[in-house]
Amino acid sequence: MTFAAKLKGPGWYRALLSVPLSLAFSTALVVGVRALYGWDPLFDGEAITTVALIAMPLAFLVGIGCFDYWFYWAAGKPTRDEDHSGHGAKTWKDYFRVNTDHKVIGIQYIVTTFVFFTIGGLLAMLIRAELAAPGTQFVDPNTYNGLFSVHASLMIFLFIIPVFAGIANYVIPLMIGAPDMAFPRLNALSYWMLPMAGIMMVASFFAPGGAFATGWTAYAPLSTEVPLGQQFFTIGVQFAGASSIATALNFLVTIITMRAPGMTFFRMPLLVWANFTTSLLVVIATPFIAGSQFFVLFDRALGMNFFNSANGGDVIMYQHIFWFYSHPAVYIMMLPGFGIISEVISANARKPVFGYRMMAFSLCAIVVLGFTVWAHHMFVSGMSAWLRVPMMITTMLIAIPTGIKIFSWLATLWRGVIHLTTPMLFALGFITMFTLGGISGVMLAVIPVDIHVSDTYFIVAHIHYVLFGGSVFTIFAGLYFWFPKMTGRMYDERLGRMHFWLSFVFFNLTFGPMHLVGVDGMPRRVADYAAEFATWNAVISVSAFIFGMSYLLFLYNMITSWRNGPKAAANPWRAHTLEWQVSSPPPLFNFDEIPTIVGGPYEYGVPGAVHGVFKKPEPVAAASGGKE
Amino acid sequence: MRTKHPIIQMLLIGVVASVAGVALALAIDWFPIAASTAAAPIDELYDVLLIVSVPVFVLVMTVALYSVWRFRAKPGDQSDGAPIHGNTLLEVVWVTIPTIMVSALAVYGAIVLEEIERPAANAMEVEVTGQQFAWSFEYPDTPGGEPVQSNELVLPLGQQVHFQIKALDVLHSFWVPAFRLKSDAVPGITTEYRVTPTKEGRFDVVCAELCGLGHTTMRQVATVLPPAEFEGWLAEQAKQSEPAADDTMPASATDEEEAQ
Repeated sequence: MTFAAKLKGPGWYRALLSVPLSLAFSTALVVGVRALYGWDPLFDGEAITTVALIAMPLAFLVGIGCFDYWFYWAAGKPTRDEDHSGHGAKTWKDYFRVNTDHKVIGIQYIVTTFVFFTIGGLLAMLIRAELAAPGTQFVDPNTYNGLFSVHASLMIFLFIIPVFAGIANYVIPLMIGAPDMAFPRLNALSYWMLPMAGIMMVASFFAPGGAFATGWTAYAPLSTEVPLGQQFFTIGVQFAGASSIATALNFLVTIITMRAPGMTFFRMPLLVWANFTTSLLVVIATPFIAGSQFFVLFDRALGMNFFNSANGGDVIMYQHIFWFYSHPAVYIMMLPGFGIISEVISANARKPVFGYRMMAFSLCAIVVLGFTVWAHHMFVSGMSAWLRVPMMITTMLIAIPTGIKIFSWLATLWRGVIHLTTPMLFALGFITMFTLGGISGVMLAVIPVDIHVSDTYFIVAHIHYVLFGGSVFTIFAGLYFWFPKMTGRMYDERLGRMHFWLSFVFFNLTFGPMHLVGVDGMPRRVADYAAEFATWNAVISVSAFIFGMSYLLFLYNMITSWRNGPKAAANPWRAHTLEWQVSSPPPLFNFDEIPTIVGGPYEYGVPGAVHGVFKKPEPVAAASGGKE
Repeated sequence: MRTKHPIIQMLLIGVVASVAGVALALAIDWFPIAASTAAAPIDELYDVLLIVSVPVFVLVMTVALYSVWRFRAKPGDQSDGAPIHGNTLLEVVWVTIPTIMVSALAVYGAIVLEEIERPAANAMEVEVTGQQFAWSFEYPDTPGGEPVQSNELVLPLGQQVHFQIKALDVLHSFWVPAFRLKSDAVPGITTEYRVTPTKEGRFDVVCAELCGLGHTTMRQVATVLPPAEFEGWLAEQAKQSEPAADDTMPASATDEEEAQ
């Protein structure tokens, strides 16, 4: 292939050419418009950066080839035949190009999100280094505000939300007996938007004035006034959000239309239910954060006054729109984990999930109730006072469907045959830690307590119990569980258990004491604190460092096992769901024969029960509902 | 008998662990110093929440650990567990009991909220203004009739104070941990809360809402004085108020410029 042909075809050469071209275009556009209006100076760095932050990622996506097929089609040119050359990965290089295979995209998602998890974790280590002792040691207050803002944004928008999308991308089509997702090209585009958002957020550290420093909440009017770094968040979130919405639509269509024959909704594994309900949340809620950040962008870049009270803007409106997304987002970050835990616990306790239908209904209840609780983040915000008590009541009611899930998992353990594998340990760790996070959540719902502890370390403790002890533990459980399926190799069980115990102990030593210092009066988002909190903060920092190092065990285990681990069996967990009935890793199009579903997904202990069969069943056997 | 026995065992373990857990949770010294009438009901509410929460957590832990201990697979055991798909009665129970618990807590929370926000007839007005990165205070009702401006917060013991809170630039949050109360200061609107100090002394005033570069250092002191001493302080301030009022405006404007 000639160099010119390389530049013309989709791929990195064209991408690396189109990015600087788009920068030049952005500069020319801004300078041209400013010249036409006669504005001075012609070179406005902030305006050029804003346009470039939108243009450069789009140019990269065009260059790498996300839009080629659609462009050919729209231009009336012959589209290349779908020869499925975009499927599968033969070498590592195939993971670095636009690939339409849901299994490749799943791994692209997972690896990318773990890169950002690692960066976010390093930022957390810097935060704890600064907070190890009172006073200012390593970073100035502006950098400190940037550290916790970028840390939270990466963890939420570039790790927890998309890593669940990655796991689901890999597992869902396999679980429902489909050859791929409904829209493979949209799936690839969704993935490639993600690194754009992440690189933008990390790059904000190099912006003049430092990284965005208004927290992941980016409350106006601070966010409309701080330096340029904020723009990297405001626009980055749009790419992460668009990626998330497109993937959710893809999951919804895939789950509704591509289930194998015989797979009714109430024969779907609970992970499929979990991602179905999560996708509903994403499609309904995520446009609200996109809106809130567009308003900030318009205030900053176009001089509008959404949040400028001097010109009739309404500051509290930002928080209502933001939390109308960001509370449901808590469930976007939790429901897929609930699904993972149901799979892991039933397979490792060798029992059907207790109360399967209630498990599915409680997910639906959380979706509905999740939209009625947002203002509990705003009890001290100065919003309408009457709104507080109704929001307290709905917030406490949402503990009930969540409680149903916890109790049902416990009942699933009861009289099981429990195998304490690494995924099972993380699942059990999740149940106990998430219970603590749920309890502190109920405490926070009680308005008088919240008035005292909101914006303190009690909140920091609560969200880390929910998002680390909750979500991240389920992510670890899921990755260890499906690692043999994804890579065809087995991870090191001994290292996995060490990883669990170190994480579990030092997670608690890190975030447990934060409840105490919070109630005692230490505000969050501060680079320095009163001397009375020094001892606990030293304990927290030391624990956090060990906690951070325990993650290295996980990384080492994953990398070495992926390269050299023993070959994995097709079904090492003896699970019933479809993904375990094919080879590890699965064939290119998942199933050589289309499976037929004849029973529930978790019929452990029922003699002769199967979930799916691959031979065309006799008409009589299919009618009998799986009792063979 | 066989199925009842483990449940009795677990109940015993659960009761003992709950009692120990509640004792431990209540033994911890959670709160900062209490200096307002709101502190006692809020601390009490927090303690009640702990007492209710510990048994819930113990229940989850006990069932999880007991199951792992009792039903753990022997090496090489390839069998399946009992094919139990559900139990309607049990599911009704674990929907009903938590519903009753959270409803009761919500009612209790609403009662405490009403109590800590109840206005008193003789409340003294204090206007609080947040700006990057300091609080300033205004006392509109003075013996001389002229409002008094102050950069320090001084309050009379035992007298309800009605704070009216404003912000000049971005969001701030006016919090005195010893009083247990806070409210955001919001540009464009006035927020409020009421405090009745119950202890003389000096207490931290903390900005609890991220407000930019100097957020960490936006800390001042609230001084609670006996009513007579407070009147003296207010009269003293009223005497100095005219030149002081002229000084504060340009001074605060320069602060703001520096911050930007």
